[in-house]
Amino acid sequence: MMTAIPSGNNRQTTVEAWKDPSQEPYIRLENVTKKFGDFTAVDNISLDIFKSEFFSLLGPSGCGKTTLLRMLAGFEQPTSGRILLDGEDMSKVPPYLRPVNMMFQSYALFPHMNVEKNIAFGLKQDGVPSPEIKTRVDEVISMVQLEQFAKRKPHQLSGGQRQRVALARSLVKKPKMLLLDEPLGALDKKLRTRTQFELMNIQEETGITFVIVTHDQEEAMTVSSRIAVMDHGRIIQTATPTEIYEVPNSRYVANFLGEVNIFEGRVAENARDHVLIQSQEAGCTIRADHGIDAADGATVWVAVRPEKMYINLEAPDDPNTNCMTGQVWDIGYLGNLSIYHIKLDSGTMVTMARTNKERVVERKITWDDRVYVTWAPDAGVVLLS
Amino acid sequence: MVDSTQFISGAIAQTGRIAGLHARLMLIPPYRWLANLRPLPIGRTLLFALILFFAAWSLPGLWPLWLVLAILLAGVAVTGRGAVIALPYAWLLAFFLSPFLIVLKISFAEIASAIPPYTPLFEILWDMEIEEAYLSVKLNIYNYLFLLEDDLYINSYLSSLQIASVSTFLTLLVGYPIAYGMVRAPVQYRTMLLMMVILPFWTSFLIRVYAWIGILKKEGLLNLALMSTGIIDEPLTILNTDTAVYIGIIYSYLPFMVLPLYATLEKMDESLLEAAADLGCHPLKAFWVVTLPLSLPGIVAGCFLVFIPAVGEFVIPDLLGGSETIMIGKTLWAEFFNNRDWPVSSAVAVILLLLLIVPIVAFQRMQENNAKKEA
Repeated sequence: MMTAIPSGNNRQTTVEAWKDPSQEPYIRLENVTKKFGDFTAVDNISLDIFKSEFFSLLGPSGCGKTTLLRMLAGFEQPTSGRILLDGEDMSKVPPYLRPVNMMFQSYALFPHMNVEKNIAFGLKQDGVPSPEIKTRVDEVISMVQLEQFAKRKPHQLSGGQRQRVALARSLVKKPKMLLLDEPLGALDKKLRTRTQFELMNIQEETGITFVIVTHDQEEAMTVSSRIAVMDHGRIIQTATPTEIYEVPNSRYVANFLGEVNIFEGRVAENARDHVLIQSQEAGCTIRADHGIDAADGATVWVAVRPEKMYINLEAPDDPNTNCMTGQVWDIGYLGNLSIYHIKLDSGTMVTMARTNKERVVERKITWDDRVYVTWAPDAGVVLLS
Repeated sequence: MVDSTQFISGAIAQTGRIAGLHARLMLIPPYRWLANLRPLPIGRTLLFALILFFAAWSLPGLWPLWLVLAILLAGVAVTGRGAVIALPYAWLLAFFLSPFLIVLKISFAEIASAIPPYTPLFEILWDMEIEEAYLSVKLNIYNYLFLLEDDLYINSYLSSLQIASVSTFLTLLVGYPIAYGMVRAPVQYRTMLLMMVILPFWTSFLIRVYAWIGILKKEGLLNLALMSTGIIDEPLTILNTDTAVYIGIIYSYLPFMVLPLYATLEKMDESLLEAAADLGCHPLKAFWVVTLPLSLPGIVAGCFLVFIPAVGEFVIPDLLGGSETIMIGKTLWAEFFNNRDWPVSSAVAVILLLLLIVPIVAFQRMQENNAKKEA
């Protein structure tokens, strides 16, 4: 739907700005806390967001992500801490003076104004001369492809069209930061996936810093340059989508993003380049190819993604490969994938996924088969919490 | 109506006892014929009802026939869905249209020393000589012409419209902040505030207006309070002036303004104001460009609810107003009870109704057109 944009290298230039110590953060949160009475919605969060990032706040409902976003917009005042935007303290700046725009979850389109007037509203407030308003409104209207709907009122539009109007309205003022509160929450799955890519294109095209709040991990993975996973008002981990998925720092993060098998165990041997973990749940000693910061005998958890496990009828040759035995309990055929539930001899249930590269006419492995579940030593992650 | 065969064939087993009975009865031709009769559309039902009404009115002697016809009409019209729609129409017919028609009838009569004190409109004259009967219809339009002849009536209408418009506007000015404050109040107080708006209704309207006499008179509470605080030296003359009438109307009709305003304001999405602020609009300006236009339906409803009864108001100008306060309600009262001129007072009432209905209908037309234009 969106005009095809030559896949710019814009992202490349901004990518990894957080690893470059010479880069100044564009938005800086310093020990921000927000309390509503006794309830702490946001708990001492410090965070740096860089220019032209597409930053996601991801978490379950009630984790404080929306409160954090509303503090960035100025609708809530932090109980303590500071918010800096482009080096300027925003604490005392009311929402109508902030160079920040928000796209509301409910879209909050003015029902008594047509599409054009809704979009022009912000520019009018700034006293932009009307010929310029006209050109800028037309520009964003064509960017979100709503030309034929310019004269319609919000109630005459579909959900997807309203979403575009809301986006256009928040983009037209070219804010320093665009806040998106569950922007795709009301769309159906297909439209959501398509719009995700459009959002990314618009972000690249405009270079505006996007901060998006979502509870949809897939959405966060797709669009973000970095994700902050939140829980109970705290940020648990801030990292790129790949890092968050491949190297989660806790069971919470590992569980929140995608499927994962977690085995509890005790450290048996901890070397620089590998660690051995005695796990009753897995029914074997697990080898991981990275050292950890834990004493011998400490309780740790090994997380392995279902797609990183293999299922075999014979035992593996390589003694370093982690291997568990069990019985096929259930098979779920999803078309592109098959999900196997395997009951290990230790009693633990393991989920593993296999891509259906060939057409499944006759399964080699089927219900009640005795199988070996294996994974490479570098496939799992050892978690300390 | 559903095709009868559908009922006979399959549905007996599944659709319960009544439907089963229905299906069995469908086998009997008269029942089938009646059940398959389409319910009469509302418009046509009303037309028939009106014809019936006029017929029964002019020839009341044949009342059993009219009764049977009425029941038949109701039976044909009232079938399930029809009954739901017919109920409000029936209500309006019984308590609005028929009294109006009676008043309309009297307005075309002549004053007479009789009980009731007017001449009949329709008379069956019996010509003894040739032994023939005539239906004589006599419409007297002089009552309406009389309203134009005497300044009093036109002045009363104009002054009523003026007092009602001004007090409606003032009620809006007082009521809007109240409704707005109620909507912005914490949720747990809202029910209580609503109750407080409705609470005055628990006392008789008449008593509440009387109470204002005690407040507004020369040695009343208001003057006492103002003089004891030293704000004024001489007592203010408020009672028996137009000001007292305005105060009375604003006070009495305030809930009718507040409630519709509250209902519209409460529905308004608060995130719209946040969106306005987010787009650089100062909260004070946001009230003018967002809140006010969106509460327009409530404003219109509230104004109608205050304006319409205020135009015909009698009690308030009678008790609080002075001798120079003329309002159509007072004039009508005098015409009816002092002059005992039922025909002229009926004409006054009919014109008043037309004065009020025409702008309402025009307004509704305008809104419908707007809605059409948008769609």
